[in-house]
Amino acid sequence: MSTATEPRKSTARGKAPAGEKVADWADGRLGIYSLAKANMRKIFPDHWSFLLGEICLFSFIIVMLTGVYLTLFFVPSMGHVEYTGSFEPMQGVMMSEAYASTLDISFDVRGGLLVRQIHHWAALLFVVGIFMHMMRVFFTGAFRKPREINWLFGFLLLVLALFTGLTGYSLPDDLLSGVGIRFMEGAILAVPVVGTYIQMFLFGGEFPGYDIIPRFFVVHVLLLPGIMLGLVVAHLILIVYHKHTHYAGPGRTNDNVVGMPLLPVYMAKAGGFFFLVFGVITLIAATVTINPVWVLGPYRPDQISTNAQPDWYLGFSEGLVRMMPGWEWVIPGGYTLNFGLLVPLIVFPGLLTAIALYPFFESWVTKDPREHHIAERPRNNPTRTGFGMAWLTAFGVCMLAGGNDLWAIHFHLSINAITWFCRIGFFVLPVVAFFVTRRICLGLQRRDAEKVLHGRESGIIKRLPHGEFVEVHEPLSQEQLYTLTAHEQQKPLELGPDTDKNGVRRPVNPLERVRARFSKAYFGEQAQITKPTREEYKEITEGHGDHH
Amino acid sequence: MFVVLLIALAATGGLYAAFAPAEEAQADNRAQSLAIDEGEALYRVGCSSCHGRSGEGGSDGPSLVGVGPAAVHFQVGTGRMPLQNPGAQAPAKPRAYTQAEIDQLAAYIGSLGPGPAVPEASAYDPADGDAARGGELFRTNCAQCHNFTGQGGALTHGKYAPGLDDVEPIFIYEAMLTGPQNMPSFPDTVLPEQEKRDIIAWLNAVNTSESPSPGGFSLGGFGPVSEGLFAWTFGIGALVALTVWIGARSAKARKS
Repeated sequence: MSTATEPRKSTARGKAPAGEKVADWADGRLGIYSLAKANMRKIFPDHWSFLLGEICLFSFIIVMLTGVYLTLFFVPSMGHVEYTGSFEPMQGVMMSEAYASTLDISFDVRGGLLVRQIHHWAALLFVVGIFMHMMRVFFTGAFRKPREINWLFGFLLLVLALFTGLTGYSLPDDLLSGVGIRFMEGAILAVPVVGTYIQMFLFGGEFPGYDIIPRFFVVHVLLLPGIMLGLVVAHLILIVYHKHTHYAGPGRTNDNVVGMPLLPVYMAKAGGFFFLVFGVITLIAATVTINPVWVLGPYRPDQISTNAQPDWYLGFSEGLVRMMPGWEWVIPGGYTLNFGLLVPLIVFPGLLTAIALYPFFESWVTKDPREHHIAERPRNNPTRTGFGMAWLTAFGVCMLAGGNDLWAIHFHLSINAITWFCRIGFFVLPVVAFFVTRRICLGLQRRDAEKVLHGRESGIIKRLPHGEFVEVHEPLSQEQLYTLTAHEQQKPLELGPDTDKNGVRRPVNPLERVRARFSKAYFGEQAQITKPTREEYKEITEGHGDHH
Repeated sequence: MFVVLLIALAATGGLYAAFAPAEEAQADNRAQSLAIDEGEALYRVGCSSCHGRSGEGGSDGPSLVGVGPAAVHFQVGTGRMPLQNPGAQAPAKPRAYTQAEIDQLAAYIGSLGPGPAVPEASAYDPADGDAARGGELFRTNCAQCHNFTGQGGALTHGKYAPGLDDVEPIFIYEAMLTGPQNMPSFPDTVLPEQEKRDIIAWLNAVNTSESPSPGGFSLGGFGPVSEGLFAWTFGIGALVALTVWIGARSAKARKS
């Protein structure tokens, strides 16, 4: 249709309906027919875990919509005013206009408190959603070629979400968030040589000054969301371009996508899911308090409260600082090196970079040039799954350390003991998690092999004529057999003999030796259970029935 | 020299005896000393094993000379004393003595040395306090251990600043006055009576079971940690349940 240059004639059916006319008009200018043709039948596979990304997308939209409403009433200024609004326990208190306007949004703007709480809860769930989505992509190996770039886009969205969150919850200029900004200022000051300069530049003078809230406001409502919106669009375009991965199964190969078309099925599902997400978040926001700034008080640099933690997604940075001993060196010349903040400041991006670069590490180990459109089961790549769990464990220990005071008081523990547990656990527990996870994965692989060869345990006990008891195993269906054995098992990298056929020592790149080590860790005998072959299956099933 | 001193002492003593309001003092003294005697008997049984036979303290408990009746009223009235077992800190628990017995104990401890008295009801009436000003004072003096609204917080090695929700105003007042356990004391020279009242008014406005919670369930008022836990359990739990539900509602699922 889009190639037609002359207007469509009305057909034998008579005059074209109005809708068709509009569509024709639009097609002549935008080429929507070919776009629709290419994309309306785009297939999306069905699996609950493929909807985690949608939770992120939808909560992002909700955050943007509610954010627009909040900007109508928020005053991003650190000008000093006396509160005269309707929240009695704050009346007469001197505070910044930012804090006063947040109280007004909460108590004097129609729907303001609900919208504020939707905004904040949706922001928390946005980042939770990103985490879940990333875990799904990571553990199923969906980041492999051709999706590495999209993994990076998603990772950037996570990082930007962290900082949009930080700048966002700092805006009300309440005592809790002010302490957060102070914390950030301290971290900046700990950067050697340039720290003080960056601090002065960022705050426009000494802390807190009058600039930080207006600046954070622009960063929070314009700069970061703008970049994020662009990245979200790019992320979605790449999903359409790459097509979605799907799990192995009968009829599902590396070259097709089995699922439902975008229109009408998927659109209806996704549209409906948007309203479900919006509904759940609104329900939470309407019933559960988040960030009750009205009782936290305005920020004053001479005040501080316990339970001063950042929102959960920055809890690991808080934990890193709480774990780190407060080491401080004064080097000759009178310069201070504050390791208590500097080391966490280095580990913080280090932890994040590790997940960002993992896909490139794995592709270096495998040197696999093929595209992968089948999502792996986590158990079928025990080493990757182990690495993922190790990272999550390190992250979890940091989170634990970040809330050490709350665990201490609510579980009647010593905060010092918790901090020491976390200090040691940060190094030990990820290693433990790695090996335990790998073991569990191998166990699950063994079970799969067992199920394929001997069938499912039916729970029926049979007594044989000579008195022996056996459990009846039911053979799996053809589909199940295929699904359990569809994954491919790579061979570890072989370096070849050390000497060539003339007995001369063959030079091997030391990096290549390292790669062979890793390859063995991923695909060697220790790392995967050889899946049952057709011959094995035949021999067993034809040999002595469906039980043994 | 010695004679002069003797005459001077006799004169002062005689003058004092002449001018002192003898009658009331004697009547008061009798009731007071009865209470002190009763209190001493209670003290011998319930307290002396740690605080010493006459309140001088020991390796297991501090000296009680000069802590005043307010400290006794707080410690015994909130059940913190007598101590159940040694530990980082004495927790509040159901009280072990009647009000009359607490008064007798207070009288006895008060007799050991001068200290803060149990405050009058007018001193701690939250209705006479300014909650907004109290909030500022609370954030300046108390929040670093007790949290923004007095939900409590952890201190080192298992010690803690307890939650102040629904604590009776008199005990909050006495705690500020006497500085129990790990808490510093805020005598009237530091925090005048009116300011103590303001702080009590603030806590009354934001941290009692009757205080309004305009945002809904407060999640304990512990800040982002409890909010994050909620998001990671109920929030994402509900959303993932929905994904499972939607994921299962496909044409294919209906067929089977």
